[in-house]
Amino acid sequence: MRLADLITASFLALLGGVVIVDAVRLGIGWGTDGPQSGFFPFWLGVLMIAACAAIVLQAARRATTVPFVTREQFRPVLKVLWPAVALVVLTPWIGLYVAAALYTGFYMRWIGRHTWLAVLAVAILFPLATFFVFEKWFLVPMPKGPLEAWLGQ
Amino acid sequence: MGIENLLLGFHVAITPYNLFIAVVGITLGTIIGVLPGLGGANGVAILLPLTFTMPPTSAIILLTSLYWGALFGGAITSILFNIPGEPWSVATTFDGYPMARNGQGGQALTAAFTSSFVGALFSIILITFFAPLLAEIALKFGPPEFFAIQLLTFSSFVGLGGGNPLKSLVSILLGFVLAAVGLDIVTGQLRMTFGFVDLMKGFDFIVAVIGLFGIGEILLSVEEGLSFRGVPTGMNLRVVLDTWKILPRYARTFLRGSFIGFWMGFKPGGATPASFMSYAFAKRFSKHPERFGKGELEGVVAPETAAHAAGVAAILPMITLGIPGSPTAAVMLGGLIIWGLQPGPLLFTEKPDFVWGLIASMYTGNIIGVLMVLAFVPFFASILKIPFAILTPLIVVVCAIGSYAVHNSMIDIWYMLIFGVVGYVFKKLDYPLAPLVLALVLGDLAENALRQSLIMSQGSLAIFVSRPIAGAITAVAIFFFVLPVLTPWWRRLRGTAVPAPREI
Repeated sequence: MRLADLITASFLALLGGVVIVDAVRLGIGWGTDGPQSGFFPFWLGVLMIAACAAIVLQAARRATTVPFVTREQFRPVLKVLWPAVALVVLTPWIGLYVAAALYTGFYMRWIGRHTWLAVLAVAILFPLATFFVFEKWFLVPMPKGPLEAWLGQ
Repeated sequence: MGIENLLLGFHVAITPYNLFIAVVGITLGTIIGVLPGLGGANGVAILLPLTFTMPPTSAIILLTSLYWGALFGGAITSILFNIPGEPWSVATTFDGYPMARNGQGGQALTAAFTSSFVGALFSIILITFFAPLLAEIALKFGPPEFFAIQLLTFSSFVGLGGGNPLKSLVSILLGFVLAAVGLDIVTGQLRMTFGFVDLMKGFDFIVAVIGLFGIGEILLSVEEGLSFRGVPTGMNLRVVLDTWKILPRYARTFLRGSFIGFWMGFKPGGATPASFMSYAFAKRFSKHPERFGKGELEGVVAPETAAHAAGVAAILPMITLGIPGSPTAAVMLGGLIIWGLQPGPLLFTEKPDFVWGLIASMYTGNIIGVLMVLAFVPFFASILKIPFAILTPLIVVVCAIGSYAVHNSMIDIWYMLIFGVVGYVFKKLDYPLAPLVLALVLGDLAENALRQSLIMSQGSLAIFVSRPIAGAITAVAIFFFVLPVLTPWWRRLRGTAVPAPREI
């Protein structure tokens, strides 16, 4: 837990540094018509570094043995994350609805070990339902792929 | 003038279409409140893109109804499944779940819903009277006053939010930094884009909310190894009527909870402390404090009344000052801007039908809400019986759709995933997420208020203390900011031991 705390605070302090660098480029002083663009971000960055430094000191002084995450805990987290990444990677190529169907079906079969009938039912009906709600009812277009093109949507 | 305006509002709220919208909102909201990983804030965020084509009044009715539904839904999971859907439902589990296990689930649920309703009604009545007054005062506010109020908003997270004040501060700063990315509308310069075209649009708070609260919450709940072991509801008309006969006994608890809730709620982050405070007071003044935690009806009444009173009170600063009191209110505020309304005191004079329609719909929405949840509890509880391996992908897909719909851009779905991981890490390390979201929503407004104030004063920060109203608000804000530093000192002065730092 302590290590994770230190890494996160250091990373955020680094981010504060990046903000300051960009703010200095834009100018942090008084322009012709008021504070320059970098004025507000500059002080945000300064405060951020100060607060993160204090968090680092706090965390460094405190000894904890509680791990940030155990291997057993992290496995199911990854099992949610990487199929979700796959969903996002596939979406521009095959469209959101088909990707959602594949993703839902895969996850149900892999994690839940549901019967193929249940998998097919949910994986087809759910994207179909969202299609009608979003595209037809509320007219919000989603990324579409070859299947939708073939169906003339 | 108040009554006429309210009647005008009811005229808007009680059209068949808006009533239908309210029913849809409450149904969806309750489902969202029951489901793990979907709470009020990101439920509202996901549905926000759907409201772009609706009339603003119907849109806000949909979103507020969703919010009421989510508040009711939180009580169902707390009592039947011992899973607090939202932080302010935690206190409800103390006595609600033991009651359900003793076979009194129906009573606990009836008491929870009724208390929620009473608390909400109390706040709505106060809003009806105070909102116009507050808006009138706020009309005289200039940029320094608004910046001072923003300061107060964020200082209360640091000083009163509980947890680590430094981490609250970092969350706020990160929110402001993310808000600053992209085009600076004042000077027309690009900030923190580092040559990436995708960064020019900046970060949308809707996507941040969906990622932080939706995806982050799912990651957390799978880590804990989710297993729902629900208790049967035991709900029927007889139980409801019998419980209603007992409830008047707790009139004092209702009143106390409502006051605590309203008072805490119109300041940000107030619902959770309000529910705990109300519970603690009820226990302290009870004749049988030893029964608390083992299934005492009053232990359900107290936190639920306060939490709902606070949840409703969070709307007050949103419509009068343009400053939201909770993440959900922040998302709604973002909605107002998208629908082309300028949040703030001018709404009362420029869009009375919108404001009063919203206030009237708070009455109708809560009445419809309490009747619906009372009638359909078994249905809503059965949602949690859906296997987790089905729920997870469905929630992720809905979150992805919601993120994409904001700007029709793929990059937003990626941001959603990244925010999800950030939310997971932050939640584990005790960085609060609500101030981050609020800062992201208010970032541009706060910065503009600051800049305009400094232009007015030729660059002198003294403007925030020299004007009477701004000065008073700034003083309170500074007090809250230094409160975490003062508290250990104060304790030492009084001779009580400083509690050991919390193990995290």
